[in-house]
Amino acid sequence: MFDLSFLLEEGHLTLLRNGVLTTVRLFVVSGLMASAIGIALATLRALPIRICKALVVAIVEYHRNVPVLVQILVWYFGVPQVLPEALKLWINAGNTEFFLAAVALSLNSGAFVSEDIRSGLRAIPYTQHEAAWSIGLTYLQSLRYVILPQGIGAALPALVNQALLLFKNSSLAMAIGVHELLYRTKQIDNLTFRTFDIFLVATVLYLIGTLALMALAEHFAKRRTAPMGV
Amino acid sequence: MFDILHDHLALFLVGAWPHGPLGGVANTLVLAALGLVASFPLAIAVGMAQVSPWRWLRTGADAWTRLVRGIPLLLIIFWAYFAVPLLVGAEVSAFTTAVCAIIVYESAFLAQIVRAGLESLPRGQMESARSIGLSWLQSMRHVQLPQALANMLPSIVNQSVSIIKATSLAYVIGVPELTYSAAQVNTITLTKPLQTFLLLAAFYFVLCFTLSRFAGWMERRIARRRLGLA
Repeated sequence: MFDLSFLLEEGHLTLLRNGVLTTVRLFVVSGLMASAIGIALATLRALPIRICKALVVAIVEYHRNVPVLVQILVWYFGVPQVLPEALKLWINAGNTEFFLAAVALSLNSGAFVSEDIRSGLRAIPYTQHEAAWSIGLTYLQSLRYVILPQGIGAALPALVNQALLLFKNSSLAMAIGVHELLYRTKQIDNLTFRTFDIFLVATVLYLIGTLALMALAEHFAKRRTAPMGV
Repeated sequence: MFDILHDHLALFLVGAWPHGPLGGVANTLVLAALGLVASFPLAIAVGMAQVSPWRWLRTGADAWTRLVRGIPLLLIIFWAYFAVPLLVGAEVSAFTTAVCAIIVYESAFLAQIVRAGLESLPRGQMESARSIGLSWLQSMRHVQLPQALANMLPSIVNQSVSIIKATSLAYVIGVPELTYSAAQVNTITLTKPLQTFLLLAAFYFVLCFTLSRFAGWMERRIARRRLGLA
C-alpha cells in the first residue's frame, strides 16, 4: 500500500526537496514583485491623469481576461524575440525559465493586487479623510496614519487570497520547464512509476501552503468584521 | 500579426476539423460548456450541504471545497489522468480527462457561489416554507433555490470566464484546444512567436472580456429591477 521508502532511494528526496524550494522561491519572489507592481499600479490609477488611468485599466483587463498559462507562454516564447541582444544574454545567463515565469506571474498577480488595494481604499468612508484633515493632518499624513492603515486592513483578506492564487499558479511554470514542485513530482513519477504515492505527497505539500493561506485570510476577515461591526 | 491570423484562422477557430478532431476556439468553448453544465449539479449539492442543518454534512462539504480549492488545477488534471482510467476501467481520452478535472475543480468554486446565493436570502423564506409544512429539501427545491439561482446568474457567468481560462491547461495534456492551436501555429511559422502568442491572448481576451461585461450588465439589471420592485 502507501509506502514512501522509494523516496529515499536514488536521490528522489533531493529532487522533491529542490522542487519544493523552487516553488517557494518562485512564490516569494513573484509575491514581492507583485506587491510592488500592485502598489505602483494602484497609485498610477489614483492619479488624476486620464492616460495613466486608461493604461492601468488596460493592464488589469489584459491580466484578468487571459489565462495565466497563456501569459507565461507569451513571456517565455514571445517576449525574448523583441528584447535587445544584451538583455537576452543577461536573462539567458541566469535561469531563463525561472526568471520569465516569475515576471509573468508577478505581473499577473500585481494586476489583481492593484484592484484589491483600490477596493480596499474605496471601502474607507470619505468622512475619514475629512476628519483627518479637520484635526490638522496634511494630505500625506492623513494617508499615512488614517487611510492606508484602514485600507490595507480592509484589503488584507483579498490580498491573502491573491497570495493563495499565486501559490497555486506557480505550478503552471512547469509548462515552460521550471523545476518546481509539480515538475519534480512528474519527474519522480516517471522514474519510479509510484504515481499514486508521489501525487499524494505533492498534494499534501501544496495543501500545507494553501490551507495555511486560507486560514490566514479567514483570520483577517474575521478580525476586520468583529470590532467594527457596523 | 494579421498575416498569421489570415493564414491560420481555421486552425485557431476549429483546429484540424473537419479533417481531424475539433480544436481551437470551438473546442475551448465545448470544454468550458461541458465543464460548466456538468459541474453545476455537483455545485448545487455541495452548496446546499454547506447551508444544511446537519453538522456532519456541512463539515464534509466544507472539507471538500477546501481540499479542491487548495490544489492547483494542473495537479488535479494529473490526478484525473491517473485516476479516471482506474475508476472507469478503460482507457480515457485526454479530452475526457480534462473535462473531469475541470468539473471537480469548478464545482468547488461554483459551490461557493451557490452557498453565497442561498445565504443571501432572508431567513424568513426558509422559516415560512418550513412552517407551511415543507420538508427542508422541499423548501430548498421550491422556495430557496429558485430565488437564489436568479440572483446567482451574474456570478455564474463570471465563473464561466474562469472556466474558459481553466481550459487552457488542457493543452498541457495534449487536448487540441485554443492554446494547443497556437502552439501548432508557432511550430509552423517558427519565427513569429510573439505575434502568435499575443494573437492567442487576444482570442482569450475577446471571449472572456465579452462574457465578464455581460455579467456586469446582468448584475446592474438585476440590481435595478430589485430597486424598482422595492
